[in-house]
Amino acid sequence: MSEFMDIVFNINNLTATIRMAVPIALAAMGGAFSERSGVVNIGLEGMMLTGAFSGVLACQITGSPWLGVLFAIIGGGLVGAIHAVLTVGLKADHVVTGVGINILASGTTTWLMQVIWKRKGTSDLVAGLATWSVPGLRDVPVLGTILGTHSPLVYISFLLIFLGWVLMFKTPLGLRIRMTGEHPEAADTVGINVRAIRYFCVILSGCLAGLGGAYLSLAQLNWFSKDMSAGRGYMALAACIFGGWNPLKGLGASFLFSFTDAIQMRMQTSKLRIATELVQMIPYILTILILAGAVVRSRPPAALGEHYESGQTSK
Amino acid sequence: MYAIRMENITKCFGSVVANDDVSFAASPGEIHCLLGENGAGKSTLMRILFGLYRADSGSIYVNDNPVTISGPRDAISLGIGMVHQHFMLAEQLTVAENIVAGCEPQRRGLLNYEQARRDILEVSERYGLQVDPDATVEDISVGQQQRVEIIKALMRGAEVLILDEPTAVLTPPEVSELFTVMRTLSESGTTIIFITHKLKETMEISNKVTVLRDGKKVGTVNTEDATPESLVEMMVGRSLPVHDDCRMAPKEAIALELKDVSVAGRKGSRARLDGVNLDVRFGEILGIAGVDGNGQLELEEVVCGLRRPSKGKVIMSGQDLTGNDTRRIRDKGVAYIPSDRLRRGMVTSLSLSRNSVLGMHHHAHFNQRGVLQEDIIDEHAEEIIAKYDVRAESVHQPMGSLSGGNQQKMVVGRELTRPHSVVIACQPTRGLDVGAAYYIREQILDSRNKGKAVLLVSAELDEILELSDRIAVIYEGQIVDVRPTGQFTERELGLLMTGERNGV
Amino acid sequence: MGPKQDVSKFAYSVVAIVIALLVGAVLIAVSGYSVKDAYSNLFMGAFGGVYSLATTIVMSTPLLFTGLSVAFAFQCGLFNVGAEGQLYVGALTSAVVALGLGWLPPVLRVVIALLAGAGAGALLGFVPGYLKAKLGAHEVITTIMLNYVATFLTTFLVKTYFKDPGPVDQTVLLPSGSRLPELIRGTRVSLGIILGIAAVALLNHIMRRSVLGYEIRVVGENPHAAEYGGVSVSAKTVQAMMISGAVAGLAGSVEVMGTLYRFIPHFSPGYGFTGIAVAVIAGQNLWAVIPAAILFGALQSGGQTMQLFAGIPMELMTMVQGLVILFVAAPALGSLLFRLKIRAKEGGGLE
Repeated sequence: MSEFMDIVFNINNLTATIRMAVPIALAAMGGAFSERSGVVNIGLEGMMLTGAFSGVLACQITGSPWLGVLFAIIGGGLVGAIHAVLTVGLKADHVVTGVGINILASGTTTWLMQVIWKRKGTSDLVAGLATWSVPGLRDVPVLGTILGTHSPLVYISFLLIFLGWVLMFKTPLGLRIRMTGEHPEAADTVGINVRAIRYFCVILSGCLAGLGGAYLSLAQLNWFSKDMSAGRGYMALAACIFGGWNPLKGLGASFLFSFTDAIQMRMQTSKLRIATELVQMIPYILTILILAGAVVRSRPPAALGEHYESGQTSK
Repeated sequence: MYAIRMENITKCFGSVVANDDVSFAASPGEIHCLLGENGAGKSTLMRILFGLYRADSGSIYVNDNPVTISGPRDAISLGIGMVHQHFMLAEQLTVAENIVAGCEPQRRGLLNYEQARRDILEVSERYGLQVDPDATVEDISVGQQQRVEIIKALMRGAEVLILDEPTAVLTPPEVSELFTVMRTLSESGTTIIFITHKLKETMEISNKVTVLRDGKKVGTVNTEDATPESLVEMMVGRSLPVHDDCRMAPKEAIALELKDVSVAGRKGSRARLDGVNLDVRFGEILGIAGVDGNGQLELEEVVCGLRRPSKGKVIMSGQDLTGNDTRRIRDKGVAYIPSDRLRRGMVTSLSLSRNSVLGMHHHAHFNQRGVLQEDIIDEHAEEIIAKYDVRAESVHQPMGSLSGGNQQKMVVGRELTRPHSVVIACQPTRGLDVGAAYYIREQILDSRNKGKAVLLVSAELDEILELSDRIAVIYEGQIVDVRPTGQFTERELGLLMTGERNGV
Repeated sequence: MGPKQDVSKFAYSVVAIVIALLVGAVLIAVSGYSVKDAYSNLFMGAFGGVYSLATTIVMSTPLLFTGLSVAFAFQCGLFNVGAEGQLYVGALTSAVVALGLGWLPPVLRVVIALLAGAGAGALLGFVPGYLKAKLGAHEVITTIMLNYVATFLTTFLVKTYFKDPGPVDQTVLLPSGSRLPELIRGTRVSLGIILGIAAVALLNHIMRRSVLGYEIRVVGENPHAAEYGGVSVSAKTVQAMMISGAVAGLAGSVEVMGTLYRFIPHFSPGYGFTGIAVAVIAGQNLWAVIPAAILFGALQSGGQTMQLFAGIPMELMTMVQGLVILFVAAPALGSLLFRLKIRAKEGGGLE
């Protein structure tokens, strides 16, 4: 029992919670932008996976992990662009397209991995991002342990999430995005370009999920492995819904996931004799529970998942 | 000079000609009524002016300059604003957010809410349009939402304001308030185009009237020179048929009874239905009069088991059916014409045949041990088509391919052919042309004459007055008065519908 | 919805596969392989000879079930991405039951084991169905999460309770009386393919002719009208997900009892996901599941040959599946590329 307590109430858990929340929170913010504009984004998983892959590939070619991060964002954004073209431009069903994108991304990254690195499970090791130790902060007791030393992407992500919140709720563009997802026709009749807003948001969501992927492959590990996003894109969507389509609250929801993930990881390496498989199930079951608890009291954007054709183009 | 001139506008949707060589002009400061029946092409014409549709041919002039309007953005920049019949408001956003979206005041790249609030209050004061900028749209009344729409247009510099059926959703006092605003606007030089099918309002507010019928322009007249009779003649092209009513005395037995029925509202808001007591006898039509949104939808859903009352009882032929599901209630003999026929009454992607048994597909007649009897179902659909004059090519064509009037005939036919003793008819003629509406009213009267009990819910006061034997007035979820039809004057009904109990 | 339209839709889907394979060819060429080498191996592996054809049928068998499972859920407006997980629980349950009931006569044993697999799949389908019906939790997310849970759970159970004494984590071999009979001697083509076709026929009959099918259709097309017609939306949602789960569970049962003869953790090369592609191609017509499953079975078996002899990783086929789903989801995409004439819906209402 004390062993178990030791696992749960351990300060390193909090450090890990912060660390592991990043990819989920970034993708959750991507989901928030996409869905606030009215486009369901089940494809976050594939965008994240693509980001993780392109990050490692670019890092190996250029030798620079930062260029890797940049290409991860571009890679995720490209997949986002595919989703946008299909759903916004060609009016494909949002959910079917998202699932298709995930299957496509899984197949493509695994195939390319084997073609490029000639290995079945993982890529080569690359030079990942070094951690930052924030002077001053790292010396504060407790807080320093939790927040003081992390990958630079952790700090950048927190800043981005705050900026995303400002963009969504405090700027004209944010208002236009929310208007588009709530009532595209109303947005259209006041001269807001519904299409452009949706393209922007879906591509942005891809970039954010791609950055989350880069965090997995260039900050947490220093390689790419088959299907390494392991359902985090879906968890992010659950976090996005649980957080009421608000980037800051989505971050809060992500901590729930990452906390159980942290405990799960610790349990696997502990002396406790619990089968690995049972422990690994925890985050997935939690996702289901959170989603089941969240939707009852949440209200999605009114026009989520609906196509919109401006009246002017109907002949 | 004309503020707006549209010449020879033609617009087709597929094979349907919505506007056929229509010309229209309005002078600055004029209140110009665009009058016509449902489907006459009024909204289409104005949607073309506002850039929501593009005309197939024809030209548009603003202040005598030829213009091309390829989207609402163009229309707005030309000083044209439109208040749509279904409001273009995002319900979860605030009044201020809805108004400024698209032309937001900014400060250092951020949205300047203070400025927005000030601007809104200024316009609101100048024209007497009271609104609360910080309220969420879903929390304010329909009348207030309309004011938000008008402010939205004015703040974008509208000199021509199109109002599409603005009074349909308003209570009589709200209507007179709106008319005051319209007069103020017109005095300050704004041109107002007022789309309606109501004669009384046309006579009261407008300077000029243009009448459309079947997509064609019938003519434009000065309101002073027109009479309601002359306008009807122009609108319909013939005199309206009168229902040949041979009513019988209702039986004593009560068919449907509601006892103290309540439906709770959303958290914090008032009850949707509040202690409703009603009874409908065999052989009578009880009409529910009221402005839309006063509990009519909840009433129909409670009676038919689509919604559980939070309190009270629903009794049918002496049997308490409260809390039973829809299937069981309807199998007790309820024919139900739902108010929202597209959403509730049919499955547009399925065939007429399959739709003809919706709600009775489980009856022994149509299936044997769980297997549908295709031939019998097809035959059933054929019967409805023949008997209710549905214009269709085949029972296998999808329901969605029929026109609105024929869809409604199909729904009415299905409901009236099922075994029933009670008819719940909700907004049975909404959106239909005169011919189809007349036909459906005939069917409802016929049902009554056969001894069925009919509960008629309609927002059209004329329809209630014409068909009902007794009228119950609903206001804010309460039945405020019930009397035989002859014992109400129209004025009394109007007052009761707006909660003025004392004046009666 | 006439048969004519179904045919043209299916033809478009085949075109989509061709386009996807062309995209694949570009990738193969860019990666420095020989396209001719790749695709000739692909074709030979799928259809070149009795052995290849048999492999194609073996690969098609589970796809017939998973494709049917997903396509059936589509009819109720539900997207079951959880066929993979349902397949695993069905497979393990059948294996355990078939092993445990050695004292029963073979036919009875096989029947009970199949039913048990279907039941396990139905149970796993019940969870997302119930969560959707009662709480509105989106079934795509819950079914995907349950895939992970089912994979971990079955692996755990095999390791802990049903492990073969040998070094590998797997169950022992099923005795011959617990297996599905072979259809063609010397191959692994089993009765499973017949069962799959029978399942398609049965569900098609249910959808077209029965009250249950009618009600599921109505719920899928318009839940508001369903309520009005006295059909319980939540009951049909749960029932449809359970039937869908049962069919996916059978995919696992048939694979274990007819092909592998034992349960091996992670045995599925993604049959549940390929089933999505099969269902998307089949669309509203359940009969079309059969040719679609055979098509993807061919790609799967051809892909193996391609990997073996041309050294091109099999995941190319996963890409092709993803592309096919996207092409079919967005018919306009095909017309954009090939100027195919596809009738767009007539838009625009009057007033």
